[in-house]
Amino acid sequence: MSIRLEHINYIYSEGTAYEKHALKDVSLEITQGQFVGVIGHTGSGKSTLIQHLNGLIRASSGTLYYEEKNVYDSGYPMKELRSQVGLVFQYPEHQLFEVDVFTDVCFGPKNQGLSARECEERAREALELVGFPEKYYRQSPFELSGGQKRRAAIAGVLAMRPKVLVLDEPTAGLDPKGRDDILDQVAHLHAQTGMTVILVSHSMEDIARYVERIIVMNQGQKMLDDTPKNVFSHYRELEQVGLAAPQVTYIMHDLKEKGLGVRTDATTVEEAADEIMRALKRV
Amino acid sequence: MIRDITIGQYYPAKSCIHRLDPRVKIVCTLLFLVSLFVQNSVLGYGIATLFLAMVIKTSRVPLKFIVKGLKAIVVLLLFTVCMHLFLTKGGKELVHFWIFHITENGLRTSVFMAARLIYLIMGSSIMTFTTTPNGLTDGIESLLRPLNRFRVPVHEVAMMMSIALRFIPILLEETDKIMKAQIARGADLESGNIIQRTKAMVPILIPLFVSAFRRANDLAMAMEARCYNGGENRTKMKPLIFKTRDHMAYLITVFYMAAVFGLGRFVPFHLWIF
Repeated sequence: MSIRLEHINYIYSEGTAYEKHALKDVSLEITQGQFVGVIGHTGSGKSTLIQHLNGLIRASSGTLYYEEKNVYDSGYPMKELRSQVGLVFQYPEHQLFEVDVFTDVCFGPKNQGLSARECEERAREALELVGFPEKYYRQSPFELSGGQKRRAAIAGVLAMRPKVLVLDEPTAGLDPKGRDDILDQVAHLHAQTGMTVILVSHSMEDIARYVERIIVMNQGQKMLDDTPKNVFSHYRELEQVGLAAPQVTYIMHDLKEKGLGVRTDATTVEEAADEIMRALKRV
Repeated sequence: MIRDITIGQYYPAKSCIHRLDPRVKIVCTLLFLVSLFVQNSVLGYGIATLFLAMVIKTSRVPLKFIVKGLKAIVVLLLFTVCMHLFLTKGGKELVHFWIFHITENGLRTSVFMAARLIYLIMGSSIMTFTTTPNGLTDGIESLLRPLNRFRVPVHEVAMMMSIALRFIPILLEETDKIMKAQIARGADLESGNIIQRTKAMVPILIPLFVSAFRRANDLAMAMEARCYNGGENRTKMKPLIFKTRDHMAYLITVFYMAAVFGLGRFVPFHLWIF
């Protein structure tokens, strides 16, 4: 499985007074099993970019290859592509509509043409994966709490068994525990099934903790594409475009300035703690 | 996708027309529309053309944009022109082939009718292109205020209109988002017969309604929390005040109406009404 973008451009409302060049000459490749993070200031083109990945938006120019086949060829099975690249929008609970949660989660598999029994199997599997309690399966989705709604919505996409899971700010509006729960579950899914995960987020800490590769978007262009350590070592540049490095990175830099012999590339609290202990033992 | 629809079709630009009081624009547009019907001569339409051209030029809205609005009535226009061209009798016969007779009267009437339709659309479009939707509701509220005496809830209606206008782009964006979310789950909105396609709208309409009610609820609470209590004793942040240019606009329109009414109707030149 590979997704390849070549010189993708996208322009909103082309030719009108409200024209916006949202993506400028973006090229990148994502291969099976990667856990990629996409960060960028508001309006940098993150959401536009991920909506290209499952063919919801068609690029104004450039090509998109899924598994080496050109997605923009006439007759390309878009429905197939959307079964394989699952996209969870921001505030996905706004898409819930069925009579009860279970039926809503079955919506995706049903559209894939699976039999009723297979749909139910998939729905159960997906709801278990997101940790949704069985006693709420037959409740109306509008009667659930925010966190539960979100789990149900994500399950709706997982029920399609996509090879790639794209999540647009899955933790928006959740409390800290809710955020950890969702992200831990996604990481678990990634580890267990080898599913490729693409995570768009505003939280540097979340990104640093889970992903192995970060793509930084700035004003519609790809600014950086590297491992978290390398990306966050450019923290001054990130600040200039409205982003930042994780808090611990700043702490490590400050400690080094004050004289403690620590490496400054720690991006999570655990790494920082280990690094500080190591440096102190030497003293 | 849906974002390409520009609601109210306001075209932002800096021009004299844009800066006019919305009430002036509403009244003058109405007068212009009336003027298209009080005369029926080449001179009359000529004067109307001059006036419209002047307004379009001053408004700095590109002609291309204005013409786009005519696309909606192309079919109606063609139909009207053909009807009048081929079915009007009277006057010298100009062309005769097969069963079609094109007479002098027919040619004249069809051109006039076409001009009338086109100017109708262009005239009203100029008003919406140069006035923001909120400007329009302010203008309408102001013009209808005398109806308060007859217990017509002018303020409430105007408030409803501006809230509705304000939420059109928001709800359109939400519809777009919901459609994309459901398409991402494999929903098919395009294939199938009319029944299948209507059923396919359910996953979009239900979340949309729920969302609209939720927003309405939040908005009502927010307005009450800021002491909104209807229109009584409520002042405006941007009151509509007549400026010199508004009086000039009225003056020019009055001259125009006089010209059209006077010259277009009563000039007894046989030449002008050929």
